Amino acid sequence: MDIKDTLFRPVFKNNPIALQILGICSALAVTSSLQVTVVMCIALTLVTAFSSFFISSIRMFIPSSIRIIVQMTIIASLVIVVDQILKAVAYEISKQLSVFVGLIITNCIVMGRAEAYAMKNPPIPSFLDGIGNGLGYSFVLLVVGTIRELLGSGKLFGIEILPLVTEGGWYTPNGLLLLPPSAFFLIGLLIWAIRSWQTEQVEEPEFTIAKHTPVEESA
Amino acid sequence: MSSKSEGLGRVLGVALALCVVCSVVVSTAAVILKPEQEANKTRDLKRNILQAAGLYDPNLTVEQQFERVTTKVIDVETGTYVNDIDPASFDQRAAAKDPALSVRLDGDTDIAKIMRQSRYALVYLVDDEQGQLDKVILPIHGYGLWSTLYGFVALEADANTIAGLGFYEHGETPGLGGEVDNPRWKAQWPGKQAYRDGDVAISVIKGTVNSNSPNADWQVDGLSGATLTSKGVHNLVQFWLGEHGFAPYLANLRKGNA
Repeated sequence: MDIKDTLFRPVFKNNPIALQILGICSALAVTSSLQVTVVMCIALTLVTAFSSFFISSIRMFIPSSIRIIVQMTIIASLVIVVDQILKAVAYEISKQLSVFVGLIITNCIVMGRAEAYAMKNPPIPSFLDGIGNGLGYSFVLLVVGTIRELLGSGKLFGIEILPLVTEGGWYTPNGLLLLPPSAFFLIGLLIWAIRSWQTEQVEEPEFTIAKHTPVEESA
Repeated sequence: MSSKSEGLGRVLGVALALCVVCSVVVSTAAVILKPEQEANKTRDLKRNILQAAGLYDPNLTVEQQFERVTTKVIDVETGTYVNDIDPASFDQRAAAKDPALSVRLDGDTDIAKIMRQSRYALVYLVDDEQGQLDKVILPIHGYGLWSTLYGFVALEADANTIAGLGFYEHGETPGLGGEVDNPRWKAQWPGKQAYRDGDVAISVIKGTVNSNSPNADWQVDGLSGATLTSKGVHNLVQFWLGEHGFAPYLANLRKGNA
């Protein structure tokens, strides 16, 4: 078992968002302000790591006919615990994250790692795999969040970086970057950048488009 | 995942054991953290009330600052205080959904698009150091573009001059309608007049208020790029300060016999 590989492979080489295209929904929703993004990253990383750990520790006992619902139960319980803790400790942020903490349950990354890795590997590597995938997710979210908050509202972590026109400065914020579709464009550009650098990530075309039938043959 | 572990008894056993363990974990967390969560919720509400009135001071605890505030329940229709409802446990949002405690609004009166209105409402009275009424804070809500905006409007003791307005919950577009949270926009409200010759006159206009206009005291700038949110704020303020909202209560307050 190579700890470094398990931990850091998901960041660039096998990024859950950029390569596996999982967990896009929350990447669009929570990246308009960095503070919220950071909390979401921490929450998701912890949930993925611990759910992988627990699922892996009981993988020998899980009957395969009910394995998905067993995974869901463990993930859901962890998410509820995280949500409860946030409400008690960081109330403001939990209000901003609102439904998205609950939606970690349906985040494809958590399920994906449980099914693809934790069911086959021992607890400690599964835990590290969860952390690693959380880091991969966080990497993409932080990049997107930084760009969106900086250009969309001229701030980082709520602190003014680019003085806004409305506050007497020179920067006119780009409202598009505050709307979810902008994250689609940014993630698209990021995937393009990563795949230009790591060319083995470029997928084989699934089909080739056939040419039109020549007129004489079609008759 | 061996095939041995597939018997029916085994499947049920694993499912049952897992459910028991998970439910114990979840309920323990919920029970242990409940007091802290409740405290956060009340603190948050109180802070919003203070912020709307422009009284919030981040250096003091919310509880200390809230000592000057008395919460009372009023009957919306008659505008008088109701003594048999405990303000601490009265939930106005829940009451608005309860058919026994609310009235259905029809299309013409329901300009704030809230569908049902609670018969009773909470009011927060702020006293100054001498114990005289200084400000009255009223809960308001109504529909904007995407969401219901929940907030407070604070009036000075004359029950006419606005002391502040703020929303604590909404889902308007960040950067456009979400600018209802912008302190610079909110700063326009204090000093404006709510009523003119007994009618609600405060309005959110499209564009910028001309300060030389004779109407300037009753007008607030609209949010640029957020016409529908501005319209929603205009309607909800008109509704809640109007005859179906707090107008009867404020009239009583002015006369001194609420």
